[in-house]
Amino acid sequence: MSAEALAAPGRVLRKPDLRLPSAWRVWQRNASIYRRTYKLNILPNFFEPLFFLLAMGLGLGTYLSIRGLPYIDFIAPGLVATAAMYGTSFEVTFNCFVKMKFGRIYDAAMATPLSPEDVALGELLWGTTRSLIYGVVFLAIASTFGVVHSWLALLSPVAIALIGMMFSVIGLAFTAVIPVIDYFTYYWTLFMTPMFLFSGIFFPLDRLPQWVEGLAWFMPLHHGVNLMRALVLTGDLEAAALAALWIVGLTAALFVLPLNLLRRRLVR
Amino acid sequence: MSVVVARELTKRFGEAEAVRGIGFEVRERECFGFLGPNGAGKTTTMRMISCTSPPTSGDLEVLGMPVSRGREIRRRMGVVPQENNLDEDVSVLQNLLIYARYFDIPTRIARATAEELLYFVALSDKRDWGIPQLSGGMKRRLLVARSLINDPDVLILDEPTTGLDPQARHLVWEKLRSLKRQGVTLLLTTHYMEEAAQLCDRLVIMHEGRILIQGAPRELVAREASPQVIEVFDPSPDAAVALQRLDGLAERSERLADRWLFYTSQGERLLARVREVVADPGAVWLRGATLEDVFLQLTGRGLRE
Repeated sequence: MSAEALAAPGRVLRKPDLRLPSAWRVWQRNASIYRRTYKLNILPNFFEPLFFLLAMGLGLGTYLSIRGLPYIDFIAPGLVATAAMYGTSFEVTFNCFVKMKFGRIYDAAMATPLSPEDVALGELLWGTTRSLIYGVVFLAIASTFGVVHSWLALLSPVAIALIGMMFSVIGLAFTAVIPVIDYFTYYWTLFMTPMFLFSGIFFPLDRLPQWVEGLAWFMPLHHGVNLMRALVLTGDLEAAALAALWIVGLTAALFVLPLNLLRRRLVR
Repeated sequence: MSVVVARELTKRFGEAEAVRGIGFEVRERECFGFLGPNGAGKTTTMRMISCTSPPTSGDLEVLGMPVSRGREIRRRMGVVPQENNLDEDVSVLQNLLIYARYFDIPTRIARATAEELLYFVALSDKRDWGIPQLSGGMKRRLLVARSLINDPDVLILDEPTTGLDPQARHLVWEKLRSLKRQGVTLLLTTHYMEEAAQLCDRLVIMHEGRILIQGAPRELVAREASPQVIEVFDPSPDAAVALQRLDGLAERSERLADRWLFYTSQGERLLARVREVVADPGAVWLRGATLEDVFLQLTGRGLRE
């Protein structure tokens, strides 16, 4: 920690005081708890996609096809991206807030060599891990419906991790600034849900008025959907790279936010 | 060597000044106490020493390092927080093992240390319990055990026995004394005068962000208070009038809602006079002055907050 940083502990744009092995300790703590209960936790992860694909894909799909494709083939990649989004979002919003505010376990960690940034990065990595679990399970189930059309789908775990990290960074930054847990309602109903509905998962956006697509460009999930669809359905490497670039760019731009905001919250 | 050195140490939160330019030195292997009513700045001072709250101004060195080197300092420090922050998601033993990992202690060593510490705080048979199953005293003991997982040179305790029953409190005191014998420097805050008198080699009394006095407990009592106190319980109106005339014989007197207090160095003589005017012998007694008398004299009897 530099003298300058010490003078301004609340500054959001400062160089984070990070030490990777320490961040890893936080990941290990979460993983060891998850490992104990994973059988209980992972089961819903199987059923949710199954029900979704059955209802939307086969149910709605009986009446619909898009560009000559079965409807389920069109929506499945977007739902994988959504699974990645939700996988981390529960973790870095509600769970982290409870750990921080009610369990005070971050306060406890502040009495060890860990820095707030280490704790934040540990949570980001753990959120990303949850995304990976959710997303890969979803894709595996979906693949049994015959929705995978390209070998590029093998890159999906990397793509899912990128999507997971992006939403981890956004979610944890939000968690670090809100004073009470009720604010998450805004996060979910004004950010997550609209993205879920308007990111081009359920219908293509290119036939809609221009401004709709323009607006969608600003939605993180839209690029997650594009990325997954390019890998799983169209096999369009260029489209995949473009979407991945957007995701990495946003993640990099926002990366220090959750770290420094958590410092501001914990070190007063 | 001094373990903690503070000079002109100040902490502001916006407009509010929680700590106003205090200075003190904690020596190696001593037990140093911070006393004061709520809001005196004790916890803020402790947070600054444990490097989780950067000072606004002034100098603060811990273990020979400025507090800006928090990671290195905390590696050699143990902290028992005022409020329980045990990890409710894992067992008693896991609490210690996870914490050990934060200090990069290898698992095999951590296991052995954790078992030793659970034995030390008499929780060995509770190793697999969940945190919600523990009583308040057990939680506090586990916090003490957790704070020792890195074999710290200095231990910081913020109100270590608040809310404990007398048995649990004595057990914690016993553990702290034994740590001190092992060479650990202890810093503690408390508002139990008995705790301070029992444990502390030296202490400061803080009030409204400042240090009012510092020294050894007995020395402070001798220096700041008259050696003896006569207490009169709930005198009748007639007796009260007569007692008022005795004010001049005491060095200081005080009237509370249910008691009158006379501070004096000639206890026996004044006691005889008091007994003349108060009929009930059970309502009058003479005792030695305590740290509590010093504390109340300095910080007043009004309710803080």
